[in-house]
Amino acid sequence: MKEQLAKIKTEALAAFEAVASPAALDELRVKYLGKKGELTAVLKQMGRLSAEERPAMGALANEVRSSLEGAIEEAAKKLEGAAMEARLKAETIDVTVPGNTPKQGHKHPMYIALDEIKDVFVGMGFTVLDGPEIELGELNFDRLNAEPGHPSRDWSDTFYFDTDERVMLRSQTSPMQVRAMDTMPLPIRIIAPGRVYRKDEVDATHSPMFHQVEGMVIDKHVTMADLKGTLNLLAEELFGKGTVTRFRPHHFPFTEPSCEMDVQCHKCGGVGCPTCKGEGWIELLGAGMIHPNVLRMAGIDPEEWSGWAFGMGLERTAMRRFKIADLRLIFENDVRFLEQF
Amino acid sequence: MNLSRKWLNEFVEIDANDKDFAEAMTLSGSKVELTHDLGEEIKNVVVGKVLSQVRHENSDHMWICQVDVGRGEPLQIVTGAQNVKVGDLVPVALDGSLLPGGKEIRAGKLRGELSNGMLCSFQELGLDQRDFPSAYPDGIWILSDDPELTGLTIGEDIRTAVGLDDHVVEFEITPNRPDCLSVIGLAREVSSTYDVPLKLHQPVVKGGGDGVLPELLDVETPNPELCPRYTARMVRNVKIGPSPKWMRERLRAMGVRPINNIVDITNYVMLEYGQPMHAFDYRYVNGGKIIVRRASEGEKLTTLDGKEHTLTANHLVIADEGRAVGLAGIMGGLNSEIVEDTADVVFESACFDGTCIRKGALALGMRTEASAKFEKGLDPMNTLPAVDRACELVELLGAGQVVDGVIDILNYVPQPTVLKLEPEKINALLGTDVPMAEMTAILKKLDFAVEGDQVTVPSWRGDVKEMADLAEEVARFYGYNNIPTTLMRGQTTLGGYSPEQRLEQRLGSTCRACGYDEIITYSFISPTWYDKIGWPEKDFHRKSFKILNPLGEDTSIMRTTTLPSMLDILARNYNYRNKDVRLYELGRVYLPGREDGLANEAKELTLGAYGEGFDFYDLKGVVEAILKDIRAEDVHFEGSLGAPGDASYHPGRFATVWSGTNQVGVLGQIHPNVAKAFGVDGELYCAELSFDELMNARGAGAEYVPLPKFPSVTRDIAVVCDEAITVGALEQAIRRGARGLLKEVALFDIYRGKGIDEGKKSVAFNLVLRSDDRSLTSEEADEDVKSILAALEQDCGAKLR
Repeated sequence: MKEQLAKIKTEALAAFEAVASPAALDELRVKYLGKKGELTAVLKQMGRLSAEERPAMGALANEVRSSLEGAIEEAAKKLEGAAMEARLKAETIDVTVPGNTPKQGHKHPMYIALDEIKDVFVGMGFTVLDGPEIELGELNFDRLNAEPGHPSRDWSDTFYFDTDERVMLRSQTSPMQVRAMDTMPLPIRIIAPGRVYRKDEVDATHSPMFHQVEGMVIDKHVTMADLKGTLNLLAEELFGKGTVTRFRPHHFPFTEPSCEMDVQCHKCGGVGCPTCKGEGWIELLGAGMIHPNVLRMAGIDPEEWSGWAFGMGLERTAMRRFKIADLRLIFENDVRFLEQF
Repeated sequence: MNLSRKWLNEFVEIDANDKDFAEAMTLSGSKVELTHDLGEEIKNVVVGKVLSQVRHENSDHMWICQVDVGRGEPLQIVTGAQNVKVGDLVPVALDGSLLPGGKEIRAGKLRGELSNGMLCSFQELGLDQRDFPSAYPDGIWILSDDPELTGLTIGEDIRTAVGLDDHVVEFEITPNRPDCLSVIGLAREVSSTYDVPLKLHQPVVKGGGDGVLPELLDVETPNPELCPRYTARMVRNVKIGPSPKWMRERLRAMGVRPINNIVDITNYVMLEYGQPMHAFDYRYVNGGKIIVRRASEGEKLTTLDGKEHTLTANHLVIADEGRAVGLAGIMGGLNSEIVEDTADVVFESACFDGTCIRKGALALGMRTEASAKFEKGLDPMNTLPAVDRACELVELLGAGQVVDGVIDILNYVPQPTVLKLEPEKINALLGTDVPMAEMTAILKKLDFAVEGDQVTVPSWRGDVKEMADLAEEVARFYGYNNIPTTLMRGQTTLGGYSPEQRLEQRLGSTCRACGYDEIITYSFISPTWYDKIGWPEKDFHRKSFKILNPLGEDTSIMRTTTLPSMLDILARNYNYRNKDVRLYELGRVYLPGREDGLANEAKELTLGAYGEGFDFYDLKGVVEAILKDIRAEDVHFEGSLGAPGDASYHPGRFATVWSGTNQVGVLGQIHPNVAKAFGVDGELYCAELSFDELMNARGAGAEYVPLPKFPSVTRDIAVVCDEAITVGALEQAIRRGARGLLKEVALFDIYRGKGIDEGKKSVAFNLVLRSDDRSLTSEEADEDVKSILAALEQDCGAKLR
């Protein structure tokens, strides 16, 4: 009997091991463990054994049964795994077929650049101001200390709506300095981006309408060193950590001292190349300490308060940021251009 | 402003190379645009001596010359020129030399004879007959024939031999520094930048010319406010001829064409002193009287350039007793021009009112070098040294005899600006710690007189008026880049965005999320665009801000609608054959009517789209998404209310957009005629939403609503109704008929055709019913649906299909 059990076990395990389908496995299970199965048949002979032999044989029989059951379970698992594998294989797709991309809109590159600038200043406690583009000549010029004969007032440079030069298209965002001084409590920290207009024919670097960002701080103890520190920070945010800048004296009617800030050419590192027209530096913005006359005209005492201001062209910044070669692309709005950003 | 470095070196000796010089000057405030080596295009060209000359055997016009170029054996050079003879000194371009225009000279054979270079004409060296008036114009430049070219040595570089060894620096001078529009002014900046002494020269005039000045010449200034100073001197027995080589060279380096000795002297002094000078022929000054007066209305004058001008009382003229002989500060008159036989010359060195000169020049459209200087405001103290310098040069050139004495009319009282030097204030403004002694030293170098804390500003520095101006002078020479960099201290300010700015950002992101690209269009448009978008001719919306001096008709008025700008861009993309275009712009319109004369600059959100299968509902869906995003309440769409602007749209595919009783905007298909006017033969769709109304329509912030605790029951219904009944009306009826359990209504089908009578349609809705306090029974739901169907029939004549 012992031999019978051992034989069944060996045969059955081999059979389960080799089984190829769930149906065949089921057949085998019936063959060995079913009511008329081989193991059952052997167990039926247990009655014939002596009382001494019975427990040992019983244990052996149970061991064989459970090992067969275990083997069946294992075989079933194996078959299931194989089936899943086959199914997944059949479901294989070509992953190089393009995805179903939802159409996404794109922000205009100039506003991408502007948003970066806004973020830098908002983070430093600046308020963002909007103001009129059709502006009073008084605010665009007189209140900014531009003398009556100043060349920027020429009709060949600036657009006017009346012969008295009272109402005009602002030629700079700087009148926003005056509007801020007139309406906001001190201290003031503002930036004011917006459209400005100058009488330039359209070409690769000029447009009669373009954008500037104005920035201004008025507080007690504001210094030119602060101006440099803040603008250096801006340059680093826009063009990366370690960006090298330099400040050159310049002239604007509404700042004194005045300066222009250059950024060392990122392409040649200051040696000179076509990008920087051989100069090694690229002009980024104009700035300076607010002219005491401008403060006085706004009723602010220059002995008590000081301030700095800057103005930068957005188109040029965006063009540099994205390596756009021709300004006309900015206003052409070809979607093949817009969707690159 | 061009500056000859040779000329500069007469006043301040600097041997820095051009690049370093440019950088140093730029950083001290005189921005260098570019530098130019006058002889840079010439290489390996030397002075040679023709030793022998024989005919070329295989040519009837060529000569074979042996030329000594100072390098061992003479060189054989073949030339086709006929004006060369043995013993001549000529320019020789050696093998491997370069000539202006990139022309390279190499040794080679000419009809079998070796030629080791080329003999050159002055034109081949990039020169002009005016540079060397005596040079033979049509052949080799015989240097030894020019009496002015003395001391030539064989083998010498041609650039030093003929004065092409100068370097020119081009400066961008800002309008506050007219004093730097001169060699001396720039020399002063250079001297301060390099801390090298400035060598100024005091003109000395011998005089002794015939006559007594007051008897010869009388000057009147009836408009003293327009002529703060008028200085004049006279020269007699003038011999008009070319000016000497050194003067021509300097003029040429500065970009001025030599003309004749007297005219060249006026230009030379203008360049050196920055003081515009004028010379006129004394015999045409009738009565020996010069009157500086306003022109009379309609007075005519022909200027030196041959143009006749009709003047007004706004122009200042130099006149004799009878007529104008020059436009003050702008250009001389043709009637008193210096000519070949001019014998007596009057030199005028005056200071005119800048504004008057600027306006006069502008009105005539003739900004000249002189007027550009005057309009910036010149130093009245400069007229006298300048006129003396001119007379000194006359004597130096032997061009005439200077009459003793000067006519000098002074219509102003010189009042130097005196400022207090307050180092602590300057340091507080700059954020520096510059000692007083250093400040004083800087100012002194610039010729400011400093005594203790009293600073006297020199007469040519009209731009320096207060502490901040002194601070700039200190900063320039202390070095902008030596000022420390610090971050701001002081009271913290709460920065950030206004609610309007936040809404702008939000609208932009919704549009982009819906697949729309952002565009930027010009604020000014052509008035014809109102026609193109079909606006009625008399519509008051056409009333626009009109630019008086536009670049062109196309950009001459400020738009009162953003629609044509969008259509223009859609059309451009359409013509580029770009497919499936979706665009948005958040831009301004400029509406007249404000009391202060400025515009109401309202913002508009404009959407535009076209593409295969794109229809009204695609665009409407985006408008709905935008309104949903800002949680606008009671959003609904209606037909046209007959506004004139609606004419831009397809009358059957147009809707007005509402939030409650406020119209937020419009949307629809662009009228085919309008699309055609923009060159598009397909369907275009646009929406125009008012930013202000979007602001008003913003709903309250989000607040959590508990999730339903009980299941909902859904029912689909399809009703048949007349074609004219709108889905909106059906929805309204459904909502009216519902009895408090209806949570959602969603259209899911509209069907026309088989099984439905002509002129009718079947409309199917999905209804969601739910109670907040119990599970609905099927019966309860059916009750509600029954009531809804009753309302549909009653309100819309719609029957269950």
